[in-house]
Amino acid sequence: MSGSALASASAAITEPRPWRLLLTLSAVALAALLLLAPIAAVFAEALREGPLTALRSLGAPDAVSAILLTLGIALVAVPVNAAAGIAAAWAIAKFDFRGKAALVTLIDLPFSVSPVVAGLALVLLYGANGLFGGWLAAHELKIVFALPGILLATLFITFPFVARELIPVMVEQGRAEEEAALTLGASGWHMFRTVTLPNIRWALLYGVLLCNARAMGEFGAVAVVSGKIRGQTTTMPIMIEMLYNEYLSVAAFSMAALLAVLALVTLALKSLLEWRHAGLLAATRRH
Amino acid sequence: MNEHANPLCAALLAGAVLALGGAAAAETRILNVSYDPTREFYRDYNQLFATWWQEQGHEPVAIEQSHGGSGAQARAVIDGLGAQVVTLALASDIDAIAARSDDLSPDWQAALPHNSAPYTSTIVFLVRAGNPKGIRDWGDLTAKGVQVVTPNPKTSGGARWNFLAAWAWALRGNGGDEEAARSYMAELFAHVPVLDTGARGATTTFAQRGVGDVLLAWENEAFLALEELGPDRFDIVVPSVSILAEPPVALMPGNQGSEEQRAASQAYLEHLYSPAAQALAARHYYRAWDTSAAAAEDLARFPDLELVTIAEFGGWAEAQPRFFGDGGIFDQIYEE
Repeated sequence: MSGSALASASAAITEPRPWRLLLTLSAVALAALLLLAPIAAVFAEALREGPLTALRSLGAPDAVSAILLTLGIALVAVPVNAAAGIAAAWAIAKFDFRGKAALVTLIDLPFSVSPVVAGLALVLLYGANGLFGGWLAAHELKIVFALPGILLATLFITFPFVARELIPVMVEQGRAEEEAALTLGASGWHMFRTVTLPNIRWALLYGVLLCNARAMGEFGAVAVVSGKIRGQTTTMPIMIEMLYNEYLSVAAFSMAALLAVLALVTLALKSLLEWRHAGLLAATRRH
Repeated sequence: MNEHANPLCAALLAGAVLALGGAAAAETRILNVSYDPTREFYRDYNQLFATWWQEQGHEPVAIEQSHGGSGAQARAVIDGLGAQVVTLALASDIDAIAARSDDLSPDWQAALPHNSAPYTSTIVFLVRAGNPKGIRDWGDLTAKGVQVVTPNPKTSGGARWNFLAAWAWALRGNGGDEEAARSYMAELFAHVPVLDTGARGATTTFAQRGVGDVLLAWENEAFLALEELGPDRFDIVVPSVSILAEPPVALMPGNQGSEEQRAASQAYLEHLYSPAAQALAARHYYRAWDTSAAAAEDLARFPDLELVTIAEFGGWAEAQPRFFGDGGIFDQIYEE
């Protein structure tokens, strides 16, 4: 039985050599064409007038404030969503309650709602003619077309990333280890730190990295609530579109290249983690 | 990793807070919510005004800019974008703000000279170098194989001027026959492959993505495209008839936080009519009212042509619902 299985397996990979070569080459070519070429084009355009011009455009006051705003938003959005993701995954994996399926679906909502709808929903709630608009105006609070709106839009869009990574891992692990820790007299926090966290750390890191990449890159929802005020409410992706529309190609693509670098660093970190901890990851991640 | 990350994070956060809070605190701020093609003009005018304002012995003023499609910008102001002044593409967008908020009086347009339009422009054609399709006038736009780029009249002020200029030409050529004008417009829009939301987006589609044979553009936008993207790549074609486009400005009384802010905003708009600002408008390819300080070579760039005015359409109050309202002439034509 095992002999025949082996034979058929080896038959499957003894296709003619040219075929194998062709398949490999076309996969590589397609990846280069669809993924590598656009990124290379962005960098080529950014460096068209030399690296100094590119760097100088990134040093302009409006550009600096866009970069700081994007990093600041990510710095708030990622920890908040990491905490919310852990709490949601915890509740779903460790407890039984009515409406659990509804909660899981709700977490997925931002994946299925178009970002522009998410942005418009915020305007409907907090805009001058929105549900809370009158109250906010009376208390001189600004949500849309100001920082809180941008943060809310980013939080909405990036909400699922951490929870989605954690739920399958935590469901798989069940609650036996935690129960054992509690029986042995550990406090809740001690149990979380010494039992739960080590089990979910790779999934958590993975979710945080994805969440961060999206938080920095989000355009659609943020564009609706930004108001596009230069130096105030323009994030990096919005600034890129603005500069491009002002015929400032080099500045636009320098900013785009920087955003790509930030994303690539995230990607590299992720790959590094996967590569260094391949065994652990395989043990804790099953999807 | 954690020991290194924490100070870095703290520094970044502090920097972000400083950058965001610092500009807001120090001085009088004016937020000018404008439409797409005015970016370059207001960049220069803001400097001119800030210097002049301080020379008059006032506290320094910081001017912030927001640009987008005129209709979309009006929408944002209605939804609470706190503009001290709006400088949009056409009166009906500011009318829309007046209609939906209590701040702005319905007769806002009488507040400043020339119907509150400190500069004007018109609609011309931008074609590819050498004019390979031989486009001379509105009639040539519906020739076989010609693709026309214009933004969406629902969201773009410039597109509405485009539409009315074409309509005016068709009406004249057919002795005032509205049915004939309608069928010309239907044919014209059959030649439009894509409707962008704003004038700048349409220019980018035409000039940088290479879509279409002719762009219906603000005169100032067409000149700017020549300047920025190379005069050897495009030609400007001036049609026999076009429209006098009057982009108006208005103060938003409800968004003035202090007397100082109100005074600065008011002066900001009034100073647009000063000879120095008018000369700046002419340099940025707008047709100015007061040419006393403008450079002769700037003025020489504007060709003479017959210009109809919005008054011929009964003003924006009448033209807006009739042509661009829900179910209006544009909707009827575009559905066909």
